[in-house]
Amino acid sequence: MDFREMMESQYRELLENYSKEQSEQALYSSQKLSRKIIENKVSPEEIISLHKSLLIEMHPEVPDYVLHSFDVLLEIMIAFGLAYREHQSLRHKQEELRSEMEIAANVQQTLLGTKVPEIEGLDIGAISIPAKHMNGDYFHFVLDENNNVSVAIADVIGKGIPAALCMSMIKYAMDSLPEHRKGPSYILENLNRVVEQNVDPSMFITMFYGMYNPETNILSYASAGHEPGFYYNAAKQEFTELIAKGLLLGVEKRTKYAEYQKEIFPGDMVILMSDGVTECRTDDGFIDRDTLMGYINKYIHLSAQEIVNRVFKDLEKLQHFQLRDDFTLIILKREV
Amino acid sequence: MSIQSCVTIINEWDIVAARQLGRNVAKELGFGIVDQARITTAISELARNIFLYAGKGQICIDKLNEGGKVGLAINATDNGPGISDIRQVMEDGFSTSGGLGAGLPGVKRLMDQFDIESSPGDGTKIKATKWLR
Repeated sequence: MDFREMMESQYRELLENYSKEQSEQALYSSQKLSRKIIENKVSPEEIISLHKSLLIEMHPEVPDYVLHSFDVLLEIMIAFGLAYREHQSLRHKQEELRSEMEIAANVQQTLLGTKVPEIEGLDIGAISIPAKHMNGDYFHFVLDENNNVSVAIADVIGKGIPAALCMSMIKYAMDSLPEHRKGPSYILENLNRVVEQNVDPSMFITMFYGMYNPETNILSYASAGHEPGFYYNAAKQEFTELIAKGLLLGVEKRTKYAEYQKEIFPGDMVILMSDGVTECRTDDGFIDRDTLMGYINKYIHLSAQEIVNRVFKDLEKLQHFQLRDDFTLIILKREV
Repeated sequence: MSIQSCVTIINEWDIVAARQLGRNVAKELGFGIVDQARITTAISELARNIFLYAGKGQICIDKLNEGGKVGLAINATDNGPGISDIRQVMEDGFSTSGGLGAGLPGVKRLMDQFDIESSPGDGTKIKATKWLR
């Protein structure tokens, strides 16, 4: 028996039962049948037509005005049937888009992938979680032949696909800079030119670039309007802001970036982040930077990677598991 | 083989006349009430498009008999502004989001075959066919 025949016989049975006794049981059975009807893509107008013909068959005495009323109902239900089918097709399309986005996100991960370098004396932790599928934050590590560790962290104003596309360009611009003389201010000045020339004027990028020399334990850094990082002084057990001034990338072609230096002592930490960390919103508004320091302090005895993981988990929970912006947190910790 | 009768669409009353013509032909060919309602809904939709966007046009109903297969074809023609992006108007959600009814994707769903020819300045020609099963 095909579905339509089965549906007809079940529908007939339900009508018969219900006209004998108006029981909840019969109505519940109708509800169950309705699910199967929808599953089998039977349109509402067909049900009206079936209903009408069964009514004529079971009660030949049904007055004409009742039967005619079904013509009106049928006409109305055609529109509902069409709206439902359109909804189905849009849902299918949405599913396609979602899987396309997932693939794009994977491609992005591969394109922008970076390996956290392992060097003696420096413990590095990094986490970057997109708010949507695609990440508009970006971080990158380079370990050069002199064992200098460079770290870049960038954030495109905006999120989602446009931001992600923009980031791919930054990554390749960085890769194509000459090997020698990669000082932080030199790199930002070069990237600024690339962004200024190639990116839509409404799109801006902030970036922090730092280079740590394990011989001298000096961190040189420069910033293009990026969210200020923190320096943790282990001896004093205090956090201070890692201040660096500089214009966003892409605003003005000839921007110069000042280079700053900081000596890092055993146990000290450098904390870098995107604004998704500080703009983490809770019921009481944005978390302030002191609160954030509190979270980091809570896990300060752990490894750098453990700290960033746990701070993320805590902040995620604080926001009821809904990230509003891409979240990137990096910690460099000089081992004791 | 086909026998054709037409209704000129100028005002909203003509939409009703086109529906009536379509229903009569559908009944005559032996379509059931559900298919009759689908055919008239498709006619309504096409006639409304003529009335709203082209101002004037024609709905013609053909009785088809091709190798024993009996069917009904709706031909909607107008000399209106035409459609520049057919792909867009055939996309779900494009014309219906403003609550304008079933739209062309709806007509396509209601019928078995659907064919459209249109370019800006050249008017629009739509043929939608339903076969008797």
